[in-house]
Amino acid sequence: MKDTPLISKHRELGAKIVEFAGFNMPIEYTGVNDEHMAVREGVGIFDVSHMGEFWIKGPQALNLLQKVSANDASRLKPGKAHYTCLPNGKGGIVDDFLIYQYDDQLYMVVVNAANIEKDWNWFNQQNTFGAELEDASDRMSLMAIQGPYAQATLEKLTDEDLASMKPFRFKVGTLAGYDQVIISATGYTGEHGFELYVKNEDAPGIWEQIMQAGKQYGIKPVGLGARDTLRLEAGLCLYGNDIDETTSPLEAGIDFVVKFKEYKDFIDKDYLWKQKQEGVSRKLVGFVMEEKGIPRQHYEIADADGNVIGQVTSGTMSPVLKQGVGMGYVPVSYTQPGSQIFIRIRKKVLKAKVVQMPVFKKS
Amino acid sequence: MNIPENLKYTKDHEWIKVDGDEAYVGITDYAQNELGDVVFVEIETEGEKLDKEEVFGTVEAVKTVSDIFMPISGEVEEVNPKLEDTPEIVNKDPYGEGWLIKVKISDKSELDDLLEASKYKELTE
Repeated sequence: MKDTPLISKHRELGAKIVEFAGFNMPIEYTGVNDEHMAVREGVGIFDVSHMGEFWIKGPQALNLLQKVSANDASRLKPGKAHYTCLPNGKGGIVDDFLIYQYDDQLYMVVVNAANIEKDWNWFNQQNTFGAELEDASDRMSLMAIQGPYAQATLEKLTDEDLASMKPFRFKVGTLAGYDQVIISATGYTGEHGFELYVKNEDAPGIWEQIMQAGKQYGIKPVGLGARDTLRLEAGLCLYGNDIDETTSPLEAGIDFVVKFKEYKDFIDKDYLWKQKQEGVSRKLVGFVMEEKGIPRQHYEIADADGNVIGQVTSGTMSPVLKQGVGMGYVPVSYTQPGSQIFIRIRKKVLKAKVVQMPVFKKS
Repeated sequence: MNIPENLKYTKDHEWIKVDGDEAYVGITDYAQNELGDVVFVEIETEGEKLDKEEVFGTVEAVKTVSDIFMPISGEVEEVNPKLEDTPEIVNKDPYGEGWLIKVKISDKSELDDLLEASKYKELTE
């Protein structure tokens, strides 16, 4: 089992530690609901150093990315990142990830912790171009600072202009006295916030200073438990739950990352183009419970007659809505917001309503 | 960890407080702490006679669903009405306001099979 460089911070803070993707990770500190609300109303700090970072370098870097990634990496600019996925050659998804462009011969890709080895093998296998690949996962740490006071907290620690940073922009600068910090206007909570990629040895010092700087805004450390409830409210997919090797990006509703351009050939391009023309038969939807109950992964979704029409892929009690909320795949005839579906929870079949994702949007 | 002396316990982390032929049942401080935020308690066995170790309901935390078992045989006479709107009382006061059910005991001799506080404490260490 691996530890992140912040493990002793988590233990000092009294975190409950669980094994996740081969790492000892904090699942909660003060309680999932408390941490969730801190991010919605104040500011929270997450250790997500388990995520993987690969560097792709050299004159062939873009060619490799254009082949493996569904999104159009030629649209990136230095200081810009985007969300995308790796089609698996069978209509499914190897992983979803972010690509950061440093310059036209230097990119960083950020992948899910559980998929580091699988993705590394995939990139290498597809690298018939001779792009240079480097797995930096074991020497980079990642912290997310999220919530309405995330920017104010970090502004106390850096001279970089954070206010003008649009979503999915990043810069490399000095923060809390540490140089070469990658400051990225990204996150997985539906809140305004930043993610900081730092050297392992700098992580504890930076964490400590952010905790101090955020004190006046009530900063709280946030574990994986609230990370999941936050991303669910925000309508963001989790690999392994909502998307996997058997779901197509078009079914998953992340078709905005699939770019069919004549100059870009990529894995599954023809298959996905055909699927786009013919239409998919099922789609991922968000739903809220209309009766008391909490949907969970693998629970059945039924129609009014009790026929099984799909499966819940993620679900929880929404800390903000105080209602059960979830995601799942249903036939396209049930994907219109307002469609009535039913969730089988133990012996009961409870009413739920398909809603536009995100299920919770800040006014 | 709070483990009151005057209660009896099960290995599944329920407690029982006997009062004549009746008893209150809940989950222990250890259990609520392990579960984390309790967000939903579903007990639909009111009025039913259940055997010892039968499931009488479920406690749902953010990430987990846990069955809760009868410490003794008996009839579920009452479900704590406050659980419906404020399940978090199970976290805040597991031995008091956060009780789950009131039971009419069928056979008091079964109480002898339950754990004393000191024995239960060993289980949680």
